[in-house]
Amino acid sequence: MEIHVIHYLVISTIMMFCGIYGFFTRKNLLALLISVELMLNATNINFAVFNRYLFPGQLEGHFFTLFGIAIAAAETAVAIAIIINVYRNVKQILTDDITDLKG
Amino acid sequence: MEYTILILALPVLSFLILGLAGMYMKHRVAGLIGTLSLTGVTFLSYLTAYEYFTAPRTAEGVFETLMPWNFQWLPFNTSLHIDMGILLDPISVMMLVVISTVSLMVHIYSFGYMKGEVGFQRYYAFLSLFSFSMLGLVLATNIFQMYVFWELVGVSSYLLIGFYYTKPEAIAASKKAFIVTRFADLGFLIGILIYGFYMGTFTFTPEQEQLMKCGMLLPLALGLMFIGGAGKSAMFPLHIWLPDAMEGPTPVSALIHAATMVVAGVYLVARMFPLFIGYAPETLHLVAYVGAFTAFYAASVACAQSDIKRVLAFSTISQIGFMMVALGVCTTADPHEGGLGYMAGMFHLFTHAMFKALLFLGAGCIIHAVHSNEMSTMGGLRKYMPITHITFLIACLAIAGIPPFSGFFSKDEILTACFQFSPVMGWIMTIIAGMTAFYMFRLYYGIFWGTENKELHKHHTPHESPLSMTFPLMVLAAITIVCGWILPFGHFISANGHAYDIHLNTQVAVTSIVVALIAIALATWMYARDKQPVADMLAKRFATLHRAAYKRFYMDEIWLFVTHKIIFRCISTPLAWFDRHVIDQFMNFMAWSTNASGEAAQPIQNGKIQSYTMWFLGGIIVLSIILLLN
Repeated sequence: MEIHVIHYLVISTIMMFCGIYGFFTRKNLLALLISVELMLNATNINFAVFNRYLFPGQLEGHFFTLFGIAIAAAETAVAIAIIINVYRNVKQILTDDITDLKG
Repeated sequence: MEYTILILALPVLSFLILGLAGMYMKHRVAGLIGTLSLTGVTFLSYLTAYEYFTAPRTAEGVFETLMPWNFQWLPFNTSLHIDMGILLDPISVMMLVVISTVSLMVHIYSFGYMKGEVGFQRYYAFLSLFSFSMLGLVLATNIFQMYVFWELVGVSSYLLIGFYYTKPEAIAASKKAFIVTRFADLGFLIGILIYGFYMGTFTFTPEQEQLMKCGMLLPLALGLMFIGGAGKSAMFPLHIWLPDAMEGPTPVSALIHAATMVVAGVYLVARMFPLFIGYAPETLHLVAYVGAFTAFYAASVACAQSDIKRVLAFSTISQIGFMMVALGVCTTADPHEGGLGYMAGMFHLFTHAMFKALLFLGAGCIIHAVHSNEMSTMGGLRKYMPITHITFLIACLAIAGIPPFSGFFSKDEILTACFQFSPVMGWIMTIIAGMTAFYMFRLYYGIFWGTENKELHKHHTPHESPLSMTFPLMVLAAITIVCGWILPFGHFISANGHAYDIHLNTQVAVTSIVVALIAIALATWMYARDKQPVADMLAKRFATLHRAAYKRFYMDEIWLFVTHKIIFRCISTPLAWFDRHVIDQFMNFMAWSTNASGEAAQPIQNGKIQSYTMWFLGGIIVLSIILLLN
């Protein structure tokens, strides 16, 4: 069976909605982070796929993918640093319970 | 004449010094500062008067109107602007002399009268403020500046009437004076606004074309201005504040409520006189009728009062009525042809200021000696207080119109002007002049003759006042004796500005002297003896009338009825109800609904990022559906 662009897009859509679902339902900050990563990677797949099938011979989509991966890495590093600090201060990483800064 | 600015600057300076630093001063220092600044003002006023009246007349034979200072204060458009400045013309210079003389005498007198009072410095500060305001009023270059200072004299009068602010009557009197005059000033303000709006200027001497623009509204504007003047000058029925204003210290009554502030209304009419005579003669005659009725009413009330200051207050009201009549009976601006009243009114203003201030200051000496205002506590004081007695008698003779005292000359001119207007008016005013002589001598005999109140004098013999108090009496008495025949008043002031020789009209003069002498003889017959059987019998026989006159014909009660029962109950109370229950409730509802919608929206903003994203997602879905449907 030949693999079409539609198959890639189905996977990326599933990933995207998994991410959105996880972002809405999870209370754990780490799970939220994972959900965000899922959404990001879904878009990365889209970039790569559209470049590969619609504009073969060009490289912009691939570069966007690379940027996306780099930004995701940096964002993860910052997010994990924040989460660790939050944990050290309040011994807790559930969003509902982190209410110290609420007015 | 640029130095005239000092006439205004000196009192305001001493007011600031005494008002800000007065409480750290000794009484004597504070009094000296006030008196010295007033001495300066008096000197400058006399100098101004001398220079002004000795300067050559213009080609038309009138004294030039000078404006040594005038600057634009509030411009509205190119022609309509409010100015502040100094205007010198015959009547303003004459008023300068009157105000500064009486004010200086009162300043000196107060040294003795107010000695040791709490708030001595405050008293002198207020006197300075009053002098400043009154001088500013007469020197005003336009109607609006006059209004500004008009309100300032009202404030200083309020402050001085309420000087003894621990006395409830004084507070009530000061409030009454302020509210009544302020109510009248509303008319003045509306008059000024009509004048300014239709004429496009606030000056006293508008151009011909500006006058044409105002047209039929000018008499209305002038009439409304006269309401303000009537309030200040205590014309019926707005006179009710003046008798109560006697709660203030007596020198204040002499200065404000006898000589200067209360004649502001007369001055206003005199100031607008060219417009009155040229464009609103009916309004001017209305002034005369109001003045005549007030003069009669006040004279009849004065015959029945027992408080000596009240008698003097009603006599002041009556005499101001005379001045108003004098202005009102003018039919032309030519003093030889029916314009005599203007000169007569101003002359009477001048002489009345002097002898009425003298009467009040004399009354102050008497009150100082017996510690009461009631005539029953007096009697037989002439041997204890010789100077007060003689000067008081001179003033009484002057106000009664006996030659050669000043009041005779000015009153004679007024009566002549009245007879020129109509014989009825002339006879009415002659009879009122007779009543004046009667009640003044009733007062005089009640104080200085008759039975001595032995019981009261047992503890405390009345004594003559110190020199600081008798000196002003003597000065004012000297002025009262000479100023009638030595001063060529008509040369300085007349309706059209030309020199006018005062000549006595023999018929009028003889009539008025005879009437005055009869009235004095009657008063002597009734009141000079120890017992007063005739007066008592009359009071008993006409008990209702006597009681009504004693109660001032129930004018205060009528006003109270009108304000409390009609205005408060039928207008103010429903308005207050409407305000409280409709307007306030509507505003409360607005506030409540804002508050409630805020409360209702609050749960959405709960600080949870996930619920925000839910809303976000919802929004996106809605937008997508809309886009898809389009």
